[in-house]
This record gives sequence, C-alpha cells and structure tokens, in this order.
Amino acid sequence: MAKLTIADLKKIKEKQHATFALREGGNRAKVTVHMGTCGIAAGARNIMSALMEEIEQSKIEDVITTTSGCAGFCAREPMVTVEILNQPPVKYGDLTQDKIREIFKEHVIGGKPIEKYALVVGSETTY
Amino acid sequence: MEKYRANLLLCAGTGCVATGTPRVRETLKAELEKQGLADEIKIVLTGCNGFCAEGPVMLVYPDEIFYQKLTVEEIPKLVEEHFLKGRPYEKLMFKDAEKKTAIPLMNDIPFFKHQILRVLRNKGMIDPDSLEEYIARDGYLATAKALTEMTTEDIIKVIKDSGLRGRGGAGFPTGLKWKFASKSVADQKYMLCNGDEGDPGAFMDRSVMEADPHSVIEGMIIGAKAIGASKGVIYVRAEYPLAVKRLQLAIDKCLEAGLLGENILDSGFDFNLEIYLGAGAFVCGEETALMRSIEGQRGMPRPRPPFPAHKGLWDKPSVLNNVETLAQIAPIIMEGAEWYRTLGTEKSAGTKVFALTGDIKNVGLVEVPMGIPLRRIIYDIGGGINKKNKKFKAVQLGGPSGGCIPEELLDIPVTYEDINKTGAIVGSGGMVVMDEDTCMVSTAKFFLEFTAEESCGKCTPCRVGTRVMLDMLIDICKGQGKKGDIETLLDLSKDIIATSLCGLGQTAPNPILTTIKYFQNEYESHINDHWCKAGICSNLCSFHINEENCKGCGKCLRGCPSNAIVGEKKKPHRVIQEQCVQCRSCYDACPFGAIEIKPTLKKPAEPVTQDEGVTK
Repeated sequence: MAKLTIADLKKIKEKQHATFALREGGNRAKVTVHMGTCGIAAGARNIMSALMEEIEQSKIEDVITTTSGCAGFCAREPMVTVEILNQPPVKYGDLTQDKIREIFKEHVIGGKPIEKYALVVGSETTY
Repeated sequence: MEKYRANLLLCAGTGCVATGTPRVRETLKAELEKQGLADEIKIVLTGCNGFCAEGPVMLVYPDEIFYQKLTVEEIPKLVEEHFLKGRPYEKLMFKDAEKKTAIPLMNDIPFFKHQILRVLRNKGMIDPDSLEEYIARDGYLATAKALTEMTTEDIIKVIKDSGLRGRGGAGFPTGLKWKFASKSVADQKYMLCNGDEGDPGAFMDRSVMEADPHSVIEGMIIGAKAIGASKGVIYVRAEYPLAVKRLQLAIDKCLEAGLLGENILDSGFDFNLEIYLGAGAFVCGEETALMRSIEGQRGMPRPRPPFPAHKGLWDKPSVLNNVETLAQIAPIIMEGAEWYRTLGTEKSAGTKVFALTGDIKNVGLVEVPMGIPLRRIIYDIGGGINKKNKKFKAVQLGGPSGGCIPEELLDIPVTYEDINKTGAIVGSGGMVVMDEDTCMVSTAKFFLEFTAEESCGKCTPCRVGTRVMLDMLIDICKGQGKKGDIETLLDLSKDIIATSLCGLGQTAPNPILTTIKYFQNEYESHINDHWCKAGICSNLCSFHINEENCKGCGKCLRGCPSNAIVGEKKKPHRVIQEQCVQCRSCYDACPFGAIEIKPTLKKPAEPVTQDEGVTK
C-alpha cells in the first residue's frame, strides 16, 4: 500500500461503504428471491445472479438481497418479492433475467412497480 | 470489489477459536461452495464478539441474525436453510431462558440489548486484520484531525474535559497525565501502552487488542502528538499470542500506509511503534516496573516521585496508558468532550468494559455506561446465576487488588468512588460472580496465593506479609485457625497497605479485608465451629442426608467415589461417615437438596508448633 494522505482515508471509506451499508443497516429496499426447490428448478439461481450484477453495476448501496423459501405459487416460479420502505410489497412471477433487470431499474431504483409482471401487491411484509 | 449479498461475521476471538471457529469456518466455506453461494456470501473473521459463553458465535448481515454454539455437523443444514432458502435456522439461535423460544436478532438478546459500545465499537463488526475495514468505520480520521487541525493543547483539553479516567484500575484522569508529560522538556519522550492484563478472570484488554488493534494504535498516535513523543511501545504479555500477532500485523500495515513512521499523513509528525513482550509477571502491570522491564531489567517498582511524566522509560518523560483507555481516544477526538460525557456520571464519565465470569449464565465481555447498578450488569446482562436454585453470594471486582461485594450492596452504581467505598475497586474490570456454594475464606486464600506468588519481593511487608497472611488462611481452612486470627489478619493488612511501595502490596489485603467485612461469620464458623458451611474446606464439614427430602433416586450413591452412601431404591439413603472423604459429589448430584452440610466430625488437628522460620 502506498503512503496514505487524508484524502485517501476518505476514498477508502467510500470504497468500503457498500460492505458496511450491509452491516450497519438502514436499507431502503429489499429484494427477496424465492429459492424453494421449485424456484431453484425454475431458474431462481440465474435471477439472483442477474440481480447481483445489476446492483453491483448500478453502485446502489441501500438495497439488500436475500433468499427465502417457496412462495407457495410454484407454477409461477421463479419469483421475487420487492419491498420498498413504506410501500406495500410486490410479488413478481415467471421471471427471466431480462425481466428482473427491468424490474430492478424501474421498481427498485425508480420506485414504480411494473404492473404487467406483477402477481400481487400488498402481500405479507417481512420488514 | 465484488458485491456480496450477505456477510457472515464469524467470531475468531480466543474463546471462539478454542471452541471451534477454525473447523466451523472450513466447513462453512466448503458448504457455501457446494451450494454455489461462495460468490454471494462472504465470511469475515472478526475479533471477540463478547458473548464467549455461547461460542463459536456468528452474526449474519444484513439480517442481523445471531447464531451460537456452531458445530461442524450443523453447518450444512444452516447453509441450506438460511443462505440458500432464506429461512433463518432456529436450532442455532439464542433461546430465551424462560420461554425457551428462539431470539433471532442480536440486539433483542438481553446480553447485547443493555450494552452501549464505545470501546468495543468495532467488536465483531470488522476484520481486525484489515486496515481498510477499520478506516471504513471512521478509522484514522481522528488521527488526521489531531495531527493537522489540533494543537497539543487542544488535544489535551478535549481529553481532560471529557473526564476520561485511566481504565487500568487506578482511574487517574488521562488528560492530566498527558498534560504533565507534555510540560516536561526532553530530547526524547515515550508513549507507552499497558497490555499486561494480569488479573485472574480479566480479558477486556486482550479482546480489544484482538478485535480492534488499530483503535489502540490510533489512541497512541494521538497521545504521542499530545505529549510530543516520537517513540512508543506496546507492552503485551507473551501469553496473548493472538493479540500480539494482530497488533504486529496492524503495525506493519500502518507502516506501509504511512500511518506510522515518518511524516504521518503528511503532517510532519513522526511516530514509531513497537511491541515488547512481557513474561507475564503480575507486578509488570505497575507502571514503573513495566518500564524497568522494557529496559531489560528485573520488573520491580521504584518509588515515585519522580513520576514517569518526568522520568519514565530510560529516564525520559513517558506516559503509560491502558489498552481500554487508548481505544476511547479516537471517538473523543471526533465527537468531542461533551459527547463523551453524555454517558456515565460527573466523576466517572463514559463507559467501562467488564469481563463477566464465574457462576454466571452469560460469561463474556460487556460494555456499560458507568453509574449503572451492579445488579443490572449481573442480572439483566449476565442473566444471573448459572445453576438452578442457587443464590447469589458475592461478586469479586478488581481481581487480586479488589474485593468481594455482597448481595445487599448490589444496587450501588458502578463508579470509581462508589465501588471504592465498598472496599473493592473498579480495577481493570474483572467481575467474578460467586454463588452460595462459595467459601469466602477459600476465595480470599485464592487471591492471596496469587499475590504472595506475584510479589516481586522488594518490600518486606508485601513479600513476607502476604505469605504470613496466606499461611494463616491455609490454617483456617484446614481447621487449625485460632482465636484472634481475624484480628491479626486485620492488623497485618493495615501494615502491609501502609508500608508497601506499589499498588500490588497496597491492595493485596483487599480480598481479605472485604471478606472479613462482609462475611466475618464465615471466618468465625471456620475457626470456632470447625464448620465450612459451603462444604468447600474438606476438613471442616461433614455430609448428611436429610431423610425427609431424600427420594431414594440413587444419584448420590452412584456418584460417590468411596462407596460411602448406602440405601435401597426409593428409600432414604444414608452416609457412612467413616468412609466419607468429603468430596462433595453427593451434594452436587442431589436434585432434591437433601444433602446437608454440618460441622466436621473429625477431631480438630493438634496445632503444629514450630520455632523456626518466619512464616509460623
């Protein structure tokens, strides 16, 4: 490591911010990928990968991703639930990598749910 | 940097490493790979989380779920359930003591809920080997501020105004100490750190050095600037290998990054820091003895004045601060004196870390605001006595220099002044809880064994006096106590305190004084009735079965090593006194409390007469 200046300290802090946002809490949104047996079989793993890529590229730090079990609607897997703070959760079904990227941009970042992909609005929250 | 969706903060403090962190980590890594989660979930090894009783422990972010008592066998299930399927795994969670229900979130667990973290702000939160992670938590910003924006007077003023007092035991105001040293004029000054934590049962400093080594280094850089020192030494006992390793790694990284060495952060300030290993002599925690030890001499205290602020290490002005004191410096510089004073009392500001051990449920490291009642630490955080149906008897504060505080004083606030009034001291923060099965004479004997052994031998009252007192306590526990022993102990204590040079001798009688003060009846029953009511001193007790309470379950009979218990199933049992060796195993085995402890049936031994030697 080269000799640090005070400006470097701030840069390192910025760079580490994403990691610590995860540990310090205060997240604005949470995306849950349903990973029951049905979800995994239907391709939930690819949905998760695409989502992680989007988050990394967008440099967004106040969104957390988590997994959960089967949402109970196995026919429509892969599914995700998007929860924005102070808004009802939205469940999306029949997802593809392209759809999840679109949902991420429009809903998670933009705040507008995409109705055509949505299965239900206002189901049980986990916040 | 890769993006992870979860961080697993696995505790790698000494306690959890001993209970299995390395094995758990290997399995966890393998399982994450197996499930294809290795790129999404990161394992971070942290310093001591504090909840050592439940180790190995792990905290999962962002969920903030706390897992405990991890085993290699349970890991595959944990990974599959929580990390793959997103269902937090209840089996490994903390369980509420009464309702037996799982408490998933760390901050809902009573042990954590009542704590306020300043010293331990980064415990279990960062990887102690990573300078970047320390910086991410505002690390070295205080150094930058102190070196570039503040004068030495500014630094000393804020530390003085904060009311911070030395956490090593004596409680001397840190700002004042720095002021004295800064006023001394010399070509060389030294900033020293005391990591020679020696009290039995205390592990606060070890945990800070292991979990957050940079916080100590940062405190030292700021202190060095305040007093004008260009060299520093961290004195750590060699029995703390993990602390030494992490400190050394932290120092190396700081040197590489220019946070130590010449022209730190382009401020023109130079500070070099090294570690000196102590051999573990208790007296080397005393400041003048510690400095002699660094000089390569025998660790023995010398009279003060001159105080180290004028003539310390190599006869140059030096400041010695405790690990916990130094770890608080950076936040005070950043947040200010007023912020620090928001917790604690007028004379005892801020927070204090305690190492809770003994007969208590939640063994571990706790940080609380000063001024809260002892009872809250022991019951709300510590969870009370760890054995069912056993009552609290006393809490020992301050190690061999401290004393025992009984139940009726548990509501006093934890401040330097209030604890001193009881005869104990806050000390470095060891807190050993004892239940009703403890013999207070034996407890005093235990601490005297320690101080008699650790006395450096320089002052006769300490060297010989502690030995004489120890011999008297051994005699009392053997049943050879004499009338007048209590008065002689009190007398000797007074003399040793008055005539010893350093804190070791001046405080060594405290365990005896406090146990006599609060539990004199136990001394009396040992001496007069040959009865150790706790059943610890085997020469002073006999065991009997209360026939009314005995259900004839046979647990005592099966556990007895000398076949001294007889009886038929479901009928009251009986102890054959001639065969009983007073091992106490029946007392511990009986689920019905049917074993009674009575005075010894043995004839008192003839006092040994001896003319020679100083100890009799």
